[in-house]
Amino acid sequence: MPIQYYIFLAAILFSIGVIGVLIRRNAIIVFMCIELMLNAVNLLMVAFSKMHYAAALTDDAKTAVGTDAQLFVFFIMVVAAAEVSVGLAIIVMMYRNVHSVDINFLNRLKN
Amino acid sequence: MNIAYLIPLFPLLGFLLNGLFRNQLSKGMSGIIGSGAVLISFILSIIIFIHIKDTSTVVEPLFTFLHTTAFDIDFVFKTDALNALFLLNITGIGFLIHLYSTSYMHEEAAPHFARYFAYLNLFVFSMLLLVMGGNFVVMFMGWEGVGLCSYLLIGYWFHNDNYNYAARKAFVMNRIGDLGFLLAIFWMLQKTGSTDYDTVFAHLKDLSTTDITGITMLLFVGAMGKSAQIPLYTWLPDAMAGPTPVSALIHAATMVTAGVYMIARSHALFSMSEITMNVIAVVGLATAVLSATIALYQNDIKKVLAYSTVSQLGFMFLALGVGAYTTGVFHVMTHAFFKALLFLGAGSVIHAMGGEQDIMKMGGLRKKIPITYFTFLAGVLAIAGFPFTSGFISKDEILLAVYEHSPLMFWIASATAVLTVIYMFRLLVLVFFGNFRGAHEQAHHVHESPTPMTLPLIVLALLSIFGGLIQLPHAFGGHDYLNEFLSSAGIPAIKHDSVSATTKEYYLLIGTSIGLALVWFMIVKAFTKDGISGVYTGFKKVLAEKWYIDELYDLIFAKPILAIGTFFKNIIEKSGIDGIVNGIGSLVQYTSRKLRLLQSGKTGSYILMMVVSLCILFMLFWNQTIIVSFFNKIF
Amino acid sequence: MIALLLIFIPICTGIISLFLNGSNAKWIGMIGAIATLTISLIGTYTTDTDLLSFDSNWMPDLGSRITLQLDGMSSMLCLLSAIALPLIFSATWKQTESAQKNYHGLMLLTQAGLMGVFVSMDCLLFYFFWELALIPAYFLCSFAGGEKRIKIIFKFFVYTFLGSLLLLIGILTIYFKSGDHSFAWESLKQVKLSNTEQSFVFWMFFIAFAIKMPIFPFHTWQPDTYEQAPTGVTMLLSGVMVKMGLFAVIRWLLPLTPDASIYFSNAIIIISIVGMIYASLIAIKQDDIKRLIAYSSIAHIGLMCAAIFSHQSSGMQGVMIQLFNHGVNVIGLWIVAYAIEQSTGTRKMSELGGLAKKAPTLAILFVIMALANIAIPLTNAFAGEFLMFNGLFRYNVWIAALAGVSIILAAVYTLWMVQNIFYGEEKPATSLVSDAGLEIKLPLLIIAAVILLFGFYPQPMIDFTADTVTNLFTTVTAKQ
Repeated sequence: MPIQYYIFLAAILFSIGVIGVLIRRNAIIVFMCIELMLNAVNLLMVAFSKMHYAAALTDDAKTAVGTDAQLFVFFIMVVAAAEVSVGLAIIVMMYRNVHSVDINFLNRLKN
Repeated sequence: MNIAYLIPLFPLLGFLLNGLFRNQLSKGMSGIIGSGAVLISFILSIIIFIHIKDTSTVVEPLFTFLHTTAFDIDFVFKTDALNALFLLNITGIGFLIHLYSTSYMHEEAAPHFARYFAYLNLFVFSMLLLVMGGNFVVMFMGWEGVGLCSYLLIGYWFHNDNYNYAARKAFVMNRIGDLGFLLAIFWMLQKTGSTDYDTVFAHLKDLSTTDITGITMLLFVGAMGKSAQIPLYTWLPDAMAGPTPVSALIHAATMVTAGVYMIARSHALFSMSEITMNVIAVVGLATAVLSATIALYQNDIKKVLAYSTVSQLGFMFLALGVGAYTTGVFHVMTHAFFKALLFLGAGSVIHAMGGEQDIMKMGGLRKKIPITYFTFLAGVLAIAGFPFTSGFISKDEILLAVYEHSPLMFWIASATAVLTVIYMFRLLVLVFFGNFRGAHEQAHHVHESPTPMTLPLIVLALLSIFGGLIQLPHAFGGHDYLNEFLSSAGIPAIKHDSVSATTKEYYLLIGTSIGLALVWFMIVKAFTKDGISGVYTGFKKVLAEKWYIDELYDLIFAKPILAIGTFFKNIIEKSGIDGIVNGIGSLVQYTSRKLRLLQSGKTGSYILMMVVSLCILFMLFWNQTIIVSFFNKIF
Repeated sequence: MIALLLIFIPICTGIISLFLNGSNAKWIGMIGAIATLTISLIGTYTTDTDLLSFDSNWMPDLGSRITLQLDGMSSMLCLLSAIALPLIFSATWKQTESAQKNYHGLMLLTQAGLMGVFVSMDCLLFYFFWELALIPAYFLCSFAGGEKRIKIIFKFFVYTFLGSLLLLIGILTIYFKSGDHSFAWESLKQVKLSNTEQSFVFWMFFIAFAIKMPIFPFHTWQPDTYEQAPTGVTMLLSGVMVKMGLFAVIRWLLPLTPDASIYFSNAIIIISIVGMIYASLIAIKQDDIKRLIAYSSIAHIGLMCAAIFSHQSSGMQGVMIQLFNHGVNVIGLWIVAYAIEQSTGTRKMSELGGLAKKAPTLAILFVIMALANIAIPLTNAFAGEFLMFNGLFRYNVWIAALAGVSIILAAVYTLWMVQNIFYGEEKPATSLVSDAGLEIKLPLLIIAAVILLFGFYPQPMIDFTADTVTNLFTTVTAKQ
């Protein structure tokens, strides 16, 4: 499959994430959109990694290229998982305190 | 042995002693120090004067003043016949006036008395510096120095604001002239690389006509300020606010003649510029006429003498302008005699009248103060040109020289001489003849002045009458000793065609005698009758108000300058420049206040801004090769 | 070694003085000031170059060294700032306790900064001291002074700081162009810049220095600051600190950007002369003594600036001696203004009058200062102004004539001031005044002596700075 498909998909996913973060006020949805953006990046990384690997195989160099990116994907997934656990905990605590998950409601630190 | 540098030293010492110890010295001591210092200088001047004929010119460098890579200026004295004559004048008359002052200023408290003598001595010092300087810079030092002393002495009674105003006016007007002088010095320095008289005059060939005209005109501007010529003459009548002996010394006998000295000193320069010479002659003549007309209707005894001084200075410049340098110098000398005499006499009258200066309140003083009367009479006769007095000889010499230059100028000058006779006789008659017009108490108060005041009067009266004989025309059996003496300093005299000159001398003698007699009878008739008011109407009022020149200057110069100052201070400075500076500050504050609102605290807006800015960045760098190549590679 | 001592003695005594109170601080301050003066005098007399200069590593990575050197001009200015402080301390000896707090210490620190500016031969070090002199001055002004001082001093600080930033930009521009990446004067002056670069560096430097001098139209901080700052600080600011600007133009601007400074000389001379006349006209209309002296000072500085850019050796020579003379004279004027304000409680000339009768000694001394202010011959200012006007005349006749107008105006406002304060009838404010005390008279007498001594015999000052002038012109012409 040509790389373009991956790129377009990732771009669409990322844009959906961004728009979601911008326009939604529900903290859980915002959170999901962030995850969506991270996953868009993950997808892109894996795609590029495969592309470079395929390109390297045709060369005579025979070097294993493109595995770094896949490594990074794992990192991101781990961080995302950690983030989810912490973030969801915060959202739960927030809901318990203010009975709302609206992010615009959470501006009491501002003043 | 050269003793020239001692001459200014003694007045300087006198100044320092009187100035530093003015609280400790008694009045007698201050007077002795002050007068003694000038007396010693006078004696030294006589010695110089006698020896100068043998040595002719003595240059004496004292110390280096300004030595730079561009030029060298030394503190140097030079004595020759010209300034030997001025030295005699300054120290001689200076001494008499110091002597006179010891009595005239006797009512002052001791510290102020000492201050007065300190100033006088400082003045003599500066004046000596002026005439003895061996280059234009030393002359300039004295030049500004005498202006300063004049300022200090006019404002001597400093509690009176009008006097202070007069002092300041004198100083500022002098400064305008000084600026001209200074620029002339720079011009010389640039073209000849020196300010020494001899070096400058030796380089005259290298100078273009523009240079010479420029330098001489600027020098003449300096002379205008110091010697009270049109347009810078209005300070001199106001300067009469000072004590009367000061008027005699500074504003009649010495300082105001500095301009004449300067032009005579640089005659080599002036002779080369015909334009400047004509300007000098015209300005001198105009000044003589204008101030003579003003003097006709003045009621203050010192104001009459002041305008008469301006007028006589005009005559001197007229003489210089037509190239008769020695004649100008000769008139300086005789004028110093009779004008100092007149001022001191006026001082004696004022003293007798208890401070009254209005001649409308005097009259008939002839009997009450006879010595003053006779000496004053001698002065009046001399200035009016009574045959064979000093004034007659010097003024006739000027008129003859002018006649050879331009008959028209001669007739105007002669008419002015008649005006001189009129206003001087009017003064004499109003003060000494007729009936006493003052208050009753004043009549009792009138008394003759003490000896220290009358003695200088007598000496000066003798000089006024006989002092001119050294230059008695050949027509009357005399010989021009002065011209001969000055020729050793290289100052050329006008050579008259002896036959026609003799005829002219006789015409002048006859004309003068008849004119004097006519004027005398008219004046006596007009001013001895009762009911003289001193209030004038019509054209007389214009003359009495000095042609409204002071008001005009005020309107043209003083008021606009002050108005501009106010405008700058209140508008340009506050709203303009400082407004811009503060405006920049306010602008920064204003924009920060507005930009602060972007920090709303809403996460969403931050992210939106981030995304928007990223998009903008992308668009901006869209054409960058690295991005383009990346996309080319992919698609 | 001497150069180093000139910086270190004030710093040490200043810091000690900051930790002391009351009269101890006063005495330590005075001792420090006199010690500095002594060192400076030794520096003036000695000709041993090893003794005069100092060199040591500072920031080798940046190419900046601690290079200090005393030549004729810097030695003269160090002497000025060394003389200034004892005079100021003496004049303000009896000021109130509240004004006294930290006063001596901070003054000494300012002096250290000034000395550093005058002796640094390394551009970064120069910049460092340039800022160092400003900071204690800021605190001095904000601790005591007039009512509106906080706002005014803030403006002063921001204004001069803005100038400093431009200066830094200029310095870095030229630094990055230098081959050996060094801040040393010796290597910076050899940097070849293109015309555009020179113009850029020139204006960056010049605006910074112009704000400091100050010349029209960058001068508006100055009258306000002089009015609001405590008079002791004003003396230091106006006597010495403003000379930093002129000094820096001669030391740094001309050798580094010679072509630009000749190219723009017309513009700058015209600005300076317009500023002179402008300031003189405003001075005529001032009622406040301090503001009058401030505007008079702007006019004088304008003349010096114009003379520098006339690029004539005589004008430059005049500036060098006038830097010293104007500093001394203006300190004298401030001391009198201070004495009058202390004894009458007002600075308004309309409320003053007749002081000559009450305080004759003060009056005479003030008249001497005033005469020096209008450059009467046989006062010290005459030689300087003569040379400067001569330089301007050689540059252009009409410009010299126009500048000459300001010497007439100077006579108007200076004599106006003398008469309003000392002559005329007594007013209520002046009726109870007695003559100034010894602590005021002594510095004034010293200043009067300097005025008359160098008025009669200015040649030593010229000899002292002649080498600097020659070297400057050699450097400038070599680079063109």
